[in-house]
Amino acid sequence: MPAPQLNANEMETLSVESADVRITESAWQRVKKSWSVRMGGAALLLLLLIAVSAPWLGTVDPTLFDAASRDLVPGGRGEITTLDGEIIKHKFWFGSDSFGRDIYSRVMYGTRVSLAVAVLAALLSLAFGIVCGLSAGYLRWLDGILMRFMDGLMAIPAILIAIALVAMWRGSLTTVVIAIAIPEIPRVTRLVRSLVLSIREEPYVEAAVALGTPTWKIMFWHILPNTIAPLVVQGTYICAAAILVEAILSFLGVGLPPSIPTWGNIMAEGRSQFNEYPHNIFIPGVFLAITVLAVNILGDGLRDTLDPKMAKRV
Amino acid sequence: MKVLDVKDLSIRLPSGSDRAEAASGVSFDVRRGEILCLVGESGSGKSVIAQAVMGLLPDTLPVAAGEILLEGENVAHAGRDRLRELRATRMSMIFQEPMTALNPVMSCGDQIDEVLREHTQLTPEQRREKILAIVREVALPEPERIVASYPHQLSGGQRQRIMIAMALVLEPVLLIADEPTTALDVTTQAQILLLIQDLQKRHGMGVLFITHDFGVVAEIAHRVAVLRLGRLVELGEKDEVLKRPRHSYTKMLIAAVPTMQPQERAAEGASEPALRTVGLCKTYYDRGWFGRRREVRAAQDVSIEIRRGQTLGIVGESGSGKSTVARCIIRLIDPTTGEIRLHGVDIATMSAAELRPLRRKVQIVFQDPYRSLNPRRMVLEAIIEGPVNYGVPRDKAIERARQLMELVRMDPGSLNRYPHQFSGGQRQRICIARALAQEPELLIADEAVSALDVSVQAQVLDLLEDIRNRLNLAMLFITHDLRVASQVCDQVAVMSQGRIVEYGPAQEVFLRPRHEYTRALFDAAPGREFAFGVT
Repeated sequence: MPAPQLNANEMETLSVESADVRITESAWQRVKKSWSVRMGGAALLLLLLIAVSAPWLGTVDPTLFDAASRDLVPGGRGEITTLDGEIIKHKFWFGSDSFGRDIYSRVMYGTRVSLAVAVLAALLSLAFGIVCGLSAGYLRWLDGILMRFMDGLMAIPAILIAIALVAMWRGSLTTVVIAIAIPEIPRVTRLVRSLVLSIREEPYVEAAVALGTPTWKIMFWHILPNTIAPLVVQGTYICAAAILVEAILSFLGVGLPPSIPTWGNIMAEGRSQFNEYPHNIFIPGVFLAITVLAVNILGDGLRDTLDPKMAKRV
Repeated sequence: MKVLDVKDLSIRLPSGSDRAEAASGVSFDVRRGEILCLVGESGSGKSVIAQAVMGLLPDTLPVAAGEILLEGENVAHAGRDRLRELRATRMSMIFQEPMTALNPVMSCGDQIDEVLREHTQLTPEQRREKILAIVREVALPEPERIVASYPHQLSGGQRQRIMIAMALVLEPVLLIADEPTTALDVTTQAQILLLIQDLQKRHGMGVLFITHDFGVVAEIAHRVAVLRLGRLVELGEKDEVLKRPRHSYTKMLIAAVPTMQPQERAAEGASEPALRTVGLCKTYYDRGWFGRRREVRAAQDVSIEIRRGQTLGIVGESGSGKSTVARCIIRLIDPTTGEIRLHGVDIATMSAAELRPLRRKVQIVFQDPYRSLNPRRMVLEAIIEGPVNYGVPRDKAIERARQLMELVRMDPGSLNRYPHQFSGGQRQRICIARALAQEPELLIADEAVSALDVSVQAQVLDLLEDIRNRLNLAMLFITHDLRVASQVCDQVAVMSQGRIVEYGPAQEVFLRPRHEYTRALFDAAPGREFAFGVT
């Protein structure tokens, strides 16, 4: 370089680079500030609290029934027989069903099933979707086969696959979770694949190739971490869908067995008496709607804050 | 007479930014019939000021103080409707990227027509006449055909001409050009600059020309305003500012612009070349459904050689195939035919497994410092990744990473930070350290300084040269920038349309170019008769 009249030290101090407007906040700080994340997150935390502490919320065993307390309206008083044959006085906050079971207790316990199914189904479909999507996106020879299979899977309505699978295996938490997760896998695979296809062209991936980094390391160290943000968002949408599908399966009588209280089961049992006792369907329905809404609001908030493409809107 | 008078303009940045104001107390004016160049590095606030004049600032960047007088009318706080009336009729703007500034689903003629329909009461016939006239005026061939075509059917230079036609069709008194030639090749740039000068003279308008390139300033400006971090540090006549800069920042910027004069170089040694390619070709095939095949010859018959301690520059415009050659040599893409000999061993057709032990001998530094480092991994991980891949124990690799950070003149203490905490120039240093960790024999710099500000560019070039000498590396330097090439290269290969058209010692090529393409390329370099950096 030709020697300028300035010494190197002066050059260093004078040249100040910066991006046009550099936002110095981290993603996590932005997430914490988002109102949708706060509201959706708070509602879900409350539901989680309900699920965990269901036995201590003035509930009774949700399977207990008493013929004397059938078809009570919300707030009605009655009695209920415990497994030991003891008869206790009980106030039915949300009324009772045609077996005399306490709907309040059943709805509270039902929260457990909904949340568990949502989280497990999301994790399961994300895990498989990530592996399939990474493989299809990075190992080009696998792409054709894998994606045609996924296209085939997507061509069958999700609810139909789920019904068929549960019918094959009998309803239990595991089978319901698997049945809900499988139709979601192609969607996750497509998302991951499209992300991988763009990330694999990034110079830092090419630099890793030039550094002699093995393919599996490139896939899991360089590419996967950069897909996390959109996947978290997708995960919340799967949760919401899983809660609904679980309720639908239960409502249709192909989900968890009626002995396990789920919101879908409660609604299914209340169906025949909907005209006389609408609360049997209305109350679990409200819980279902609030939960799904909370998850979706949380997902929207995460998308706006985590996904850089959407964040540009600001 | 003043067309634009900016007085004490301050623009606030949102909280959480790296400074409080994008522009602080900036005052300048643009007179009728003059070109004022607003020069600054990235982050200097030059584009924000242009947007403020046009009333295009987002709500997050409010004008905090000052006045923007367009022909005496303060537009700093003008309403939306008034601004809409003024845009295109009194002031117009052209942008850096003509592809994204034009609507891809509207024909060029319709886009110009839209301006006329909005702002005039002309009949369709009159409008059509006016459109054809302006398209002819910006020197586009076959105006009828151009008007009917869509942006993607035109070249970058043609698109920029359409943008200019659109901006000037209503004869505004002020034209704002925001880096209008930065995305263009050097020969196209020269034509567009000429066009802007020509139109400016003919219409007598004022031009506010925003650029980071002092070559362009030397070519086009009447007066120059230098911005640094939102403050105006110097304003004056072009010759005054470029030849006798007063502010130390301006001095530093101008000193950092590389000269076009190639350096004296020691004669090459007789050593065995570290890299030699023989008849390297890369052809892309586009297979149609019915056996129709379209061939794109990205590189044809490229034969080069580089010795250790030497730099070979490959110079060319976009699409000339210079990056294709680099990517073939490092085997990111497979060459179609030809040999790539590393110390005599042909790696062109090696399988991935055979290639693995040789891979580390060739390393690359890419153009974009913001995308060359994985945003989710610490700098330390990036630098030790290569050695660890080849079985170096982790603690040894970390020790080496510390030494390398010192070699690239950075603090070894910052190894456990993430890439976003560094500036562009610092990231490029990290990329160099990452490449050097493999102890390569050949370092490829693929436009490695093109995305950097001129002052930072000078430092990184200096570093590359220093490292090459210290480690006795062979260096392949790929660039579109002739100034940069003349500074660092011992040998130069000029590429055009996939072929090397001229190849020889830098002194020869720069001082006595033989091929007409080389000569055209050199003639197009902006500000070539201006002796930068040698004062």
